[in-house]
Amino acid sequence: MNNDNSVLVLAETRGRRLHPVNFEMLAWGSKLAGQLEVPLDCAVLGSEVEEADELIKQGADRVFLVSPGSLPGFLATPLASLLVDLIREIKPAIVIAPATTSGRTLLPIAAARLATGLTADCTELSIDPKDNLLLQTRPAIGGNIMATIKTPLTRPQMATVRPRTIRPLTRDESKRGDIIFKQYGLQGKTWPEKLLAFHRDENSDNTLEGADIVVAGGKGMKNKDNFRLLEDLAGVLGAGLGATRVAVEAGWAPFSRQIGLTGKTVAPKLYIGAGVAGKIQHLAGMITSEYIIAINEDKDAPIFKVADLGIIGDAPTMAAKLTAALREFKRGGSAPNADGAI
Amino acid sequence: MKIIVLIKQVPGTSNVRMDPKTGAMVRDPSDTVLNPLDEHAIAEAVRLKEGLPGARVTALTMGPPAALKVLREACARGADNGCLLSHRAFGGSDTIATSRVLAAAIRKLGSFDLILAGEKATDGETGQTGPMTATMLDIPVVTFARRLELKDSGAINVLRLVEEGSEELEVSLPALVTVVREINNPPLPTLRKHVLAKKLSFPVWGPEEIGLKETETGLKGSPTRVAKVFSPKFARATVFHRADSEAGAFEAVAAVLNILKARDLLNKGDKI
Repeated sequence: MNNDNSVLVLAETRGRRLHPVNFEMLAWGSKLAGQLEVPLDCAVLGSEVEEADELIKQGADRVFLVSPGSLPGFLATPLASLLVDLIREIKPAIVIAPATTSGRTLLPIAAARLATGLTADCTELSIDPKDNLLLQTRPAIGGNIMATIKTPLTRPQMATVRPRTIRPLTRDESKRGDIIFKQYGLQGKTWPEKLLAFHRDENSDNTLEGADIVVAGGKGMKNKDNFRLLEDLAGVLGAGLGATRVAVEAGWAPFSRQIGLTGKTVAPKLYIGAGVAGKIQHLAGMITSEYIIAINEDKDAPIFKVADLGIIGDAPTMAAKLTAALREFKRGGSAPNADGAI
Repeated sequence: MKIIVLIKQVPGTSNVRMDPKTGAMVRDPSDTVLNPLDEHAIAEAVRLKEGLPGARVTALTMGPPAALKVLREACARGADNGCLLSHRAFGGSDTIATSRVLAAAIRKLGSFDLILAGEKATDGETGQTGPMTATMLDIPVVTFARRLELKDSGAINVLRLVEEGSEELEVSLPALVTVVREINNPPLPTLRKHVLAKKLSFPVWGPEEIGLKETETGLKGSPTRVAKVFSPKFARATVFHRADSEAGAFEAVAAVLNILKARDLLNKGDKI
């Protein structure tokens, strides 16, 4: 195994804790490192994490703890500097980070300093067997086109990767690896940015983009009272509640709930569109969902073209029926035909 | 105070339709607009300017000659002047090559205090050009800003929107800040400014004017290559249920429950 040209995953931390998205990134990294037959590295920058060993059990061969405890939080300039120093020393072939606010800030800075290519928000990564180059696939123009990008000449090949695009590996208790400490010259330096405070958002709307299930309502919910039926449905499903532009403009939901070209992009495991017509602007915000259920009265609604399951019917009525059935199921009652015998 | 706003012309979304065969988005090539997030960057620059006598706002864009339109719009929204970076050699630029051109043009424009940009553009959706341009200018960058205040001390206070809340930072100037939609409600351009902007002319610069070799820009200056473009699997094998009768609705509900069960999605949500 060639120790140079590894695959490096940039870990995301919250104070002293590791963020679960790291395990997804390690799953992608492990797939690539396996194909290239190189080690899988993981870097923790600036913070003193409690469970570095966990990164090994989840797939890393080497964990680099870079200047642990040197930084109070997310400060882009020094963090990017640590990342660039590490990349220059260990010379990975590939560097990936989650497409979070941190990853989407640090990787462009590092790529610019290293004058190498960076692809944003990839949903699929693989190795081209012909030239061992990283194939970075990402949705473009709101998910209507997929583009596969290569970085042929410069190193490393860098990508930010959309969370929830892969399942973490099965944790391997017996897996062994190295934890390596690195210190790069941060001491005594002053940085242009200073962290003054962190305000935790108790009723954060980020629940929509991170949800495994998204319930979205559109014009077909007909009025604000009906739209509330979707709050119940989302509640019983543990889903994020979204809306089309029409529903937002009608005042049924706040703008922070809007899905589409001018709103949020969601890619849940399951999307349920209730009374959503499926205008292209909305589709752009949910087309990469794994499974799509559409409920609409109009059998010609464009949403049905992208749906896996289409229910032709009145959306408010169906929303209420679904909520009732799910509540019944959770109470331990028998859901209608839930064993698959239809 | 000198503020530069980075803006971009992007395809419009008013007349998009879907190609029924490929599922790809078909757009009218003449239908272009100012990137929506850039409206917020411009509005923020103009808001800051209004409190500072003598402050100036310059809009900067790279694009085809037609991108003069978005410079005019920026001026109609309150920018004082603008500059277009347009040349055949710039074609096919990825985010690194684009940032290199923007950084070189900013150096040529002279001193500046603050650069603002939208967090991302609706076409590429990378959000990379802001941080990369800042890095090439060797200045700090703050991304995802939802509030920005000038301090007396030659610094700014920025509230930065992140996953679990927001971070408050103090950053020394010069700096580059990318803004999110929540930062302001951009006022519409006034008719008077709109008319004035129509009369403005803007310098158009190519590689020579900003001191770059043609090989440093465009496709040649781009480390990334598009290997393949394809339509995602769009047409799904839709299973239909008619829920216009009690029995039909019952079956439809059962079908949804089966999907939730099969995908292991029934364990979330409210406990009953």
